[in-house]
Amino acid sequence: MASSPLAGSLLVAVGWLAVAVLGLVPTNNAFFARRIAFPLGAAAGVALAAFGLQAVWLPPQILTLPLGLPDLPFHLRVDPLAGFFLMLLGSVSAGISVYAAGYFGNEPSGRLTLISLQYHVFLASMAFVLLADDAYLFMVAWETMALSSYFLVITDHQQPAIRSAGFLYLLIAHLGAIAILLCFGVLHGGRGDYTFDALRAAQLQPAWATVAFLLAFFGFGAKAGMLPLHAWLPEAHPAAPSPVSALMSGIMLKTAIYGMVRVIFDLIGNLRWEWGMVVLTVGAATTLFGVLYALMQHDLKRLLAYHSVENIGIILLGLGMSMVFIGFGHAAAGVLALIAALYHTLNHAVFKGLLFLGAGSILHATGLRNLNDMGGLIRGMPRTAFYFLIGALAISALPPLNGFVSEWLTFQAALQATILQHGVVRSLLPLFAATLALAGALTAMCFVKVYGIAFLGQAREPAHRTPVPHAGDAGRMERYGMAWLAAGCFVLGLFPSSFLLMLNRVGVSLTGQGLSEEALAGSGWLWLVPTSAGQASYSPVIFLVVIAAATLLTFLLVRRFYHGRVRFAAPWDCGYPEQTSRMQDTADAFGQPIRHVFGPLYRMDRRLPGPEDAEPRYSLKVEDRHWYWLYLPVARAAEFVSSKIALLQQGRISIYLLYSFITLIALLVFVR
Amino acid sequence: MGITLLAELVNVLAAFLLLLAFAMLSQRRVLTLIKLLAWQGAALAASTGIVAWSTGQTHLYYSALITVLLKVILIPWVLHRLIDRLFVRWDIETLINIPTTMLIGIGLVIFAFALATPISQMATTLTRSTLGIALASVLLSFLMMIVRQKAVPQVIGFLAMENGLFFAATSATYGMPLVVELGVALDVLVGTFIFGIFFFHIRERFDSLDIRHMEKLKED
Repeated sequence: MASSPLAGSLLVAVGWLAVAVLGLVPTNNAFFARRIAFPLGAAAGVALAAFGLQAVWLPPQILTLPLGLPDLPFHLRVDPLAGFFLMLLGSVSAGISVYAAGYFGNEPSGRLTLISLQYHVFLASMAFVLLADDAYLFMVAWETMALSSYFLVITDHQQPAIRSAGFLYLLIAHLGAIAILLCFGVLHGGRGDYTFDALRAAQLQPAWATVAFLLAFFGFGAKAGMLPLHAWLPEAHPAAPSPVSALMSGIMLKTAIYGMVRVIFDLIGNLRWEWGMVVLTVGAATTLFGVLYALMQHDLKRLLAYHSVENIGIILLGLGMSMVFIGFGHAAAGVLALIAALYHTLNHAVFKGLLFLGAGSILHATGLRNLNDMGGLIRGMPRTAFYFLIGALAISALPPLNGFVSEWLTFQAALQATILQHGVVRSLLPLFAATLALAGALTAMCFVKVYGIAFLGQAREPAHRTPVPHAGDAGRMERYGMAWLAAGCFVLGLFPSSFLLMLNRVGVSLTGQGLSEEALAGSGWLWLVPTSAGQASYSPVIFLVVIAAATLLTFLLVRRFYHGRVRFAAPWDCGYPEQTSRMQDTADAFGQPIRHVFGPLYRMDRRLPGPEDAEPRYSLKVEDRHWYWLYLPVARAAEFVSSKIALLQQGRISIYLLYSFITLIALLVFVR
Repeated sequence: MGITLLAELVNVLAAFLLLLAFAMLSQRRVLTLIKLLAWQGAALAASTGIVAWSTGQTHLYYSALITVLLKVILIPWVLHRLIDRLFVRWDIETLINIPTTMLIGIGLVIFAFALATPISQMATTLTRSTLGIALASVLLSFLMMIVRQKAVPQVIGFLAMENGLFFAATSATYGMPLVVELGVALDVLVGTFIFGIFFFHIRERFDSLDIRHMEKLKED
């Protein structure tokens, strides 16, 4: 049984559910959750990753469960696409679960039991989203996922701010779910049943196919955090406990990408390049906007949340390019862009999970989320600092780590634009690539800021000065969890060819065509060749060797020539003899140039201290413009309409009876 | 007896039913209302019995029997006990004064007949002309529910509406299937008991059965 990936994956999903339920058995449950449930969940994740990996190389498998409604059983299916995402879910969740075992260690047992239940139900529902082969099971799993994550977000529901963040999340999640449901309805078109096979076979008129595409794009985009539906991300991620933020940002957003690929590439099919342009435009806007707002944040988790928005934008750029290429009939280039998008999906899951875990360790150890209060953390928590550095380098797309590979592949796909016949599209694609390049640079700047402000320098506030308050470095389990994901950053960065071949399988199963022969022949363990060896190739291993050699050489030379000659002296103090740690650059200050250049994009609220102020404080609040031009008007309109509708509710039975009476009379008059 | 005579009898009973509906609309005393309801039930049972005899449909006998047991004996008895315990024999205030209500009622009857004429021309049953009356008594009972302010008369209005529906079913298609009738009868019975329980709760809560107090339940 275990040899079949589908049965194995199902077993893992059911196992997660079992762990969730077993955690409720009240004997010594805190111990159970901490020592057994989360580690077991992690082991199940590793198994799921193995099954997913196996499924990528096997033909699709199907299974019909004797569950569900009468005449409406649950259908399961594992194909390479689902296998790839199962691998993502399993491997990333394994690290996060190990981390969670340490992170939640100090929770009181009642809360811990609940968290364990919701956490594992959340994992299992994501597995079922990936396994589902009919719209019915898909929606059930999708909604279970939304609800369980909602309850995880409002773990600290005593605080009103967290409750409202949870509400916003739930609202947007449901808007998306409605759109997805409608999309399935359009695909179904009143014929057949709701299995994905039937939806795949349905022949839609072009207009209806476009409607289905727009609904799917909107619905899954709401969950993924694409512009302008991203508003819940920077609210919900800081509200949730850190392992949950890591799960949501690392994996749940990716199930939305899965849904998008599944519905648009697989179920709707017959891709049109116009759709690709829509995805590209939204993706570019999302990328740029996400990173620009990330730069302005001083709450570490909000900053990471905006980076999730940015990375979703990068993935959308890849998907959009893929649709444009396939729409014009260039399947090989399309598959390359699709591979880039999926690769970035996996990479983002790994490094963003790692970064959120690092932020969680900082929060745990110091109780701080505001970058402006941090500083010099590397002394108190050197290990966390190390893992965070790996994550920061990966997200900044520096070779030889994983973020570079997928962004490089996206660029390679964009460079294929010359083969397109349509002149306008051909000239637009490099523009999108330029957006991506800008975003990459800004991301690097942002993580220089995060790392420099938080870990380097001196502690800023006297209350938080050395040693770092009430705890030291991350605990053992927390470190194992982060180490697992950090190792993932290296593996994905150093051996991209094997993942390229794996994703090529996914591409073949979706579009029926793969990368060019040259690319496949050229990609060995050393070189990564996306199109042909003459055009572009990249070898992370050589890169690593060169970096290591250069570092070693510099180190030896410095040691040889300068050792013992270092002279300590007071630096020039610029005329300020008494320097305090508050004179360091702050997070807000670091972002100022960008804030200046992109000024019109931000809505700022600055408080400058007066000249008489004895304790001068400068405060800056940068707000999302979308709140003012989209969300609040919509909310006001909804409130206005509801207040008018509420007039119907008089509270008098006679009036209510009169309503029914008038309805009855009206029906009798008009329908007879 | 000839079929025409039986049909005439049914028509007479139908007219009686309509008269009772108007009587209920104008009645101010709860005790009398209950009596009128019992009479309505009796008229209904009698007409069902006649239809059963003239068409030879045996299941209608059972339904007539159930009607007698339930609507002439049990429910009026329950309601009697209820108003005894609640001391609400007398009061009835209406939202609209009674002459106006009657005028609206006449309008409803005309409307009901206008509506029922085309339908009853399609029907083949010997009682088809009574469909308009059945519909009119449904609408009149509904009107009664709307204009009454106290809970007990509203429930009586509800039960009277059910009578009208039942009569409509008998006159248009010789009754619903027995199973459905049994189900409806049981629902009415259970509903009466639930209403009874609610009356006590409402009175305990507000010291009155005036449903205006329930406006406070509205969420602002």
